[in-house]
Amino acid sequence: MNRIGTRGLILKEKLIFEHSDPGRKGYSLPALDVPPSTLPEELSRLEIEGFPEVSEVDVVRHFTRLSTWNYGVDTGFYPLGSCTMKYNPKVNEVVARLPGLAGCHPHTPERLSQGALGMMYDLQVALAELSGFDAVTLQPAAGAHGELAGMLMIRAWHEAQGSSRKKVLIPDTAHGTNPATAALCGYDVVPIASGDSGVLTAETVAAHMNEDVAALMITNPNTLGIYEADIRKICEIVHEGGGLVYCDGANFNAVMGIARPGDAGVDVMHFNLHKTFATPHGGGGPGSGPVGINKKLIPYLPKPVVVREGEKYRLDYDRLESIGRLRSFYGNFGIMLRAWAYILTMGGEGLKQVSEMAVLNANYIRARLEETYHLPYKNRSLHEAVFSDKNLGGGCHTLDLAKRLIDYGYHPPTVYFPLVVQGAIMIEPTETESMEVLDEFCDAMLAIAEEAENNPELLLEAPSVTALSRLDETAAARKPVLRYRAEA
Amino acid sequence: MRYIPHTEEDVRQMLGTIGVDSIEDLFSEIPRDVRLDRPYDLVAPMSESEVLGELKRLARQNATVETHTSFLGGGAYNHFSPSVVDHLISRSEFYSAYTPYQPEISQGTLQAIFEYQTLICQLTGMDVSNASMYDGASACAEAVLMSVRATRRSKVLLASNLHPEYRETVATYCRYLDIELVAVPYLESGRIDQKLLSGLLDKGAAALVVGYPNFFGIIEELGVLADLAHEVGALLVSATSEPVALGKIKSPGELGADIVVGEGQSFGMPVSFGGPGVGFFATRQKTVRSIPGRLVGATTDKDGKPGYVLTLATREQHIRREKATSNICSNQGLCALIANIYLCLMGKNGLRELAEQNLAKAEYAKAAIGAIDGFSIPFTAPTFNEFVVEFEGDADAMLESLEAQGILGGIPLTKYFPEMENRFLVCVTEQNSKADIDALVVALKGGVA
Repeated sequence: MNRIGTRGLILKEKLIFEHSDPGRKGYSLPALDVPPSTLPEELSRLEIEGFPEVSEVDVVRHFTRLSTWNYGVDTGFYPLGSCTMKYNPKVNEVVARLPGLAGCHPHTPERLSQGALGMMYDLQVALAELSGFDAVTLQPAAGAHGELAGMLMIRAWHEAQGSSRKKVLIPDTAHGTNPATAALCGYDVVPIASGDSGVLTAETVAAHMNEDVAALMITNPNTLGIYEADIRKICEIVHEGGGLVYCDGANFNAVMGIARPGDAGVDVMHFNLHKTFATPHGGGGPGSGPVGINKKLIPYLPKPVVVREGEKYRLDYDRLESIGRLRSFYGNFGIMLRAWAYILTMGGEGLKQVSEMAVLNANYIRARLEETYHLPYKNRSLHEAVFSDKNLGGGCHTLDLAKRLIDYGYHPPTVYFPLVVQGAIMIEPTETESMEVLDEFCDAMLAIAEEAENNPELLLEAPSVTALSRLDETAAARKPVLRYRAEA
Repeated sequence: MRYIPHTEEDVRQMLGTIGVDSIEDLFSEIPRDVRLDRPYDLVAPMSESEVLGELKRLARQNATVETHTSFLGGGAYNHFSPSVVDHLISRSEFYSAYTPYQPEISQGTLQAIFEYQTLICQLTGMDVSNASMYDGASACAEAVLMSVRATRRSKVLLASNLHPEYRETVATYCRYLDIELVAVPYLESGRIDQKLLSGLLDKGAAALVVGYPNFFGIIEELGVLADLAHEVGALLVSATSEPVALGKIKSPGELGADIVVGEGQSFGMPVSFGGPGVGFFATRQKTVRSIPGRLVGATTDKDGKPGYVLTLATREQHIRREKATSNICSNQGLCALIANIYLCLMGKNGLRELAEQNLAKAEYAKAAIGAIDGFSIPFTAPTFNEFVVEFEGDADAMLESLEAQGILGGIPLTKYFPEMENRFLVCVTEQNSKADIDALVVALKGGVA
């Protein structure tokens, strides 16, 4: 058995509050060089009850120890489907910390922030070229935020046509943010079924399209990793029916240099810079969710819009039909910088190679596992492969497989999504993994399938090499404890 | 391509295993009529040193605190971040991980979020905090939506002196929902007009949203406003874009706020041209099940050892889909970690001392600028580290003239309030020395002449 996970040295670490000792400090401030001042008593706070008092060493050791309980892309293979956990280049981290970029205040006059504005403009142009859209906004902070921007623009466009359509079509394979976003824009959601082959057919869309449908939200490639081959026809049907097409761009890593959503007729798509463009996921964020749109939606872009006039860049606030702003300032600039450095590093040809190798890797895993694991949809998949737990023996389920993979030294794939697959196991290797890594991972998957048959306890009791065994999520929800309180 | 490990031989072998002849065959299900038939029109790949050179070239075109003395605030603040912060968040076990879906190998992130939630509760005086949101403005919009859900009412009062970008963000989020937004005027003191507010508050009001401190840096009488809101059954939402203030001013929780939101960029994050920062969101125990966003809770493992998990997920989009409390599906993980580390370092005394320095320096600057002929301080109520200055000429042109002397003197308020062509907003933090402030005063005197 070739496990790359071992127990190592596991250190206990209590909460930072439990390290606190009155009188300790972890900060230094310059001596106050002006007279002290006070506030009226009724406004003044006496103390922040409960805040810790710890030394610098306490803090460094505490967080360093916590970090050792985490698994990151730098730790090992992280095939979390739909999340595109590719390697995060280190030069991008350096770039985002350059004092002239990280230190630029958002209220700096345009004449003194041309470097920042110019980068944003160039990034907009590059994303438009990559996707085939006419314009791009960088303001949204994440994919779901981009969905909100996109769907608000769609609604604004409809209102401007005098149309008060109320429904949005969403395939059953969609990510949960799609329906939640549509609801936030005041729309009713109509779920539509993908076909037996895992793709949405033009006929299905035609059957649901009517004068009350404002938009179709589609994910392409979809969450089964399959390209929606009817996309052009689907867009035509929706357009002829007076609606618009929103594409969730979470899986854009599969098609760079191959097919552009804008060319296929899609009206709006969000990018995830933290997926496709290699910016770190940060344990949950910050991300960045730019949105590409076609010409007819340009008037509704969130404001301000970064524009170029001659050799100068400026922020255009004078946009009467804009949906407004979705957050303060201009977006997650620090994340845009990392993505821009990535695009400069890869160039156009490199980005095409990214998609080719991402798809090659996923198909390689699929080929190595499909005789053992049940593959519910047989269409040629692109950047990810989705299996079910149907063939898993010994009464084991997807969750048990996931936990056992931890013992082997891997981050588990995405599990139980998409919902159309029973016990889904969604594997997205990305392009940054070598054949050696994929082989070791596949060997582990095959070994676990055998263990399930012969020694299911190994799965049911997993993980066994981590600091903690399986956690009780039901208890956490039944009686929520969401903060520390000192014992009286 | 150094991020792609495949050799030609690997590719050949892998294609063989898959059973296809070429890479092209893998894309066979993408129809011809949607294919891109040309190479991308983008830059050629650059080496690492060339990338760094290009980004440094851009960096040189920006003014920062390294090139100018800055008095810019208005929602993003120039505070010192201890070396420890960047050092610790550069551990890639933190930054290259994703959302802690698998708690057994994410306890580092989970425990850190649990600590962050605790610190935010302590700072704001509230019971429950979520794991963070995109930024202060979007957290404010989420608070408005939550107040509408919690009260089943549809009118929300927004203070006119709330940060204008927070107001705009709220308006965007409410654009197609059945929510009426009403502006509450402010007085010459710079504080909310309580008399007019009383007239606007009625049984249809879901919430009153107030800046604390407000956009003009003024400390509102939050307790009085909370009482007025509560009299008609409305919630008080307190929004803070400069949370260092909470080291010195009473906590919104103590004064009766029901939802407390704000921007945490001040806690160790660079200004970074406006993002990323971190939106904090805290509320009362009784409304915990309608809170938007991620939550981390304590539990135990199978062997009874304490640990942490994501919890109360039934509020969220991946379970509830269109009925979720929000469409958000992430938090600002790494930025919340920064705030956590920063607040631990500052601790109980450090944050107060820091707030006192900000207050003292801003008061010193306010008095000195107010004493210059041609300048005055139009609002009379107490401020924290920002204040509005009125100039007898065109403020925008005057500020531009300071740039030549290496000073970013403030934010011209015409940007948000077209009628305020004589006014600008000055921010003074612990990063501005007395000498900086004195130089600003000299330059402003020169601006009059």
